[in-house]
Amino acid sequence: MTEVVATNETILVVGGGISGLTAALEAAETGKQVVLVEKRPYLGGRVSQLYKYFPKLCFPTCGLEIHQRRAKTNPNLRILTMAEVTDLKGEAGKYTATVKLKPRYVNENCTACGDCAKAVEAEFEDEYNYGLGKRKGAYLPYRMAHPAQYVLDPRILGTEDAERAKAACKYNAIDLDMQEETIEFPCGAVIWATGWRPYDAAKIQPYGYDRFPNVITSVEFERLADPSGPTGGKLVRPSDGKEAKNIAFIQCAGSRDRNHLLHCSRICCMASLKQCTYVADAWGEEADVSLYYIDIRAIDRFEDFYTKVRAIEQVKFIKSKPASIVQDQDGNPVVHGVDTEGYKRYANTHDLVVLAIGMEPSVDKDSFPVDIVLNREGFIEADPSNGGVFAAGSASDALDVNRAVQHATGAALRAIQVVNGAAGVEG
Amino acid sequence: MSNTQMIEKYRTHFLREVEANVEEGEWVKMCMQCGVCSGSCPLGKHWAHPPQEIFMMIRAGKREEVLTSDSMWMCTSCYNCIVRCPRELPITHIMHGLAHYAKRLGLVPENQPTAKFAQLFWDNLMKKGRVNELKLGLSLYFMNGFAEGVKTSLARRKLGMNMVKTGRMNPMEILGGHGVKDLSGFKKAIQKAQELEDARIAKQGA
Repeated sequence: MTEVVATNETILVVGGGISGLTAALEAAETGKQVVLVEKRPYLGGRVSQLYKYFPKLCFPTCGLEIHQRRAKTNPNLRILTMAEVTDLKGEAGKYTATVKLKPRYVNENCTACGDCAKAVEAEFEDEYNYGLGKRKGAYLPYRMAHPAQYVLDPRILGTEDAERAKAACKYNAIDLDMQEETIEFPCGAVIWATGWRPYDAAKIQPYGYDRFPNVITSVEFERLADPSGPTGGKLVRPSDGKEAKNIAFIQCAGSRDRNHLLHCSRICCMASLKQCTYVADAWGEEADVSLYYIDIRAIDRFEDFYTKVRAIEQVKFIKSKPASIVQDQDGNPVVHGVDTEGYKRYANTHDLVVLAIGMEPSVDKDSFPVDIVLNREGFIEADPSNGGVFAAGSASDALDVNRAVQHATGAALRAIQVVNGAAGVEG
Repeated sequence: MSNTQMIEKYRTHFLREVEANVEEGEWVKMCMQCGVCSGSCPLGKHWAHPPQEIFMMIRAGKREEVLTSDSMWMCTSCYNCIVRCPRELPITHIMHGLAHYAKRLGLVPENQPTAKFAQLFWDNLMKKGRVNELKLGLSLYFMNGFAEGVKTSLARRKLGMNMVKTGRMNPMEILGGHGVKDLSGFKKAIQKAQELEDARIAKQGA
């Protein structure tokens, strides 16, 4: 049975992505008791799936490593992975949280040696790589996963694979009898950092994401570019493994569209500009990039980055939101539309099309376990009637990492004020 | 109001003129020039100016070019643009609104086939309160003169015969044809609608 020691002065953080992790650490480092609940088997969320950050083009692994180190050494922070908050009752200063823990089938003895993965034969779609690759039925979600413990896919349970994994483990770390648990504990304030998910690209019917293998999303492209990704960082297209040198980026895929997402997702322009540099870096002079856009929203200091990418000769900027994509007989996506600068019709053939997919809140409007004020896009509003529940990061709006982290720090401070109030401390 | 009166009234503010006088014209300013409508139009390559360009021309005050244009008459009401427009502009309706307004001011290009057919349809409908398809078809064939009419009729005669055979067309309709039960009531309704429309236009002109 999982034990959680908590009081009304405990802060519950829901979501262990960059926002939740930041908020949890900021609060824990002021001496508050924090319980961090994460649905995935590891911390880091979507940031762990990025290859580089904009605008500095540095690696997210760097900041994540610092965060993980802080998390490991802080005695005030309790981390629950594969856990979901299913209920939250009470009011600011005295909540009771119900958390459901899924079995990992691997206990703390795990040294992440990987022997179980070698023993297991079954393979499944790799969620970490957005299904672009396969992983074993016993797996470490990604190379820097924290906690550094393997996970057994429940689908291998009852098969020979499960027994093979157990037999292969030298540390007695595999426990096939682990059961789902539901635990309850008190907390004084809640930081809601459930983040975002990519909009379902298949809903943008004319772009054929569900029909054409060489139409992918920007989050998938991020995995393609990553040297530790499914292709080892080679930019090849999914249908036939052909080198993708002629790549199109389509902006506002879902965003700013009343048929899909009402809001501007704010990060996609910068993400695509960043990804243009991946292509230019990979293929040099042979790169041929087309970026289709309505208008480039590289806000404030990002303008410099835009200017920098604009100066790359191999990158063409086409002011137009494409109307449709079709596939030619060689499996190449052909992008159709009309250019706003001159109103010329075009039909451009590319090796690969990347949809700069919009961000939507990862929790559906009706699935919150507690009453909370949402805006029309489904993001959490800062509203006094939310009591001691505070949104952090992209649960509150479409934010980039920088702004999400700032927002999370603010949320930590708000939560600290509530639990201080509960404890009768001033401030 | 005549064309010259409208020019006098709105001068360089063509967008305002469209907003006040064209059906759904108040939506024009909402266009963000993404180009999805133009790219989605199945007849797009036949347009001199696709919808997106028409909206920009309206905002740029290109009154003459827009209203004498052939473009909005090319719309077949397939509604592809409306369903795809990220801002939900009723593009099809705006195109019809512009065509209607151009017609009111007498600016339709001569021999514009869609405009001609629309007039034939209307005249045909007004006689009996319902469309006489046989007469409408024939008047369409003979729209551009007798010789071409005969040629087209001969080319399409198989289609006509098949329609007669399957009971989709009655050759006796050529003799007058049947109308609505209450023709005078129908005419009254149309007259009332015309009065309301005239009053609306007169009010806009005021």
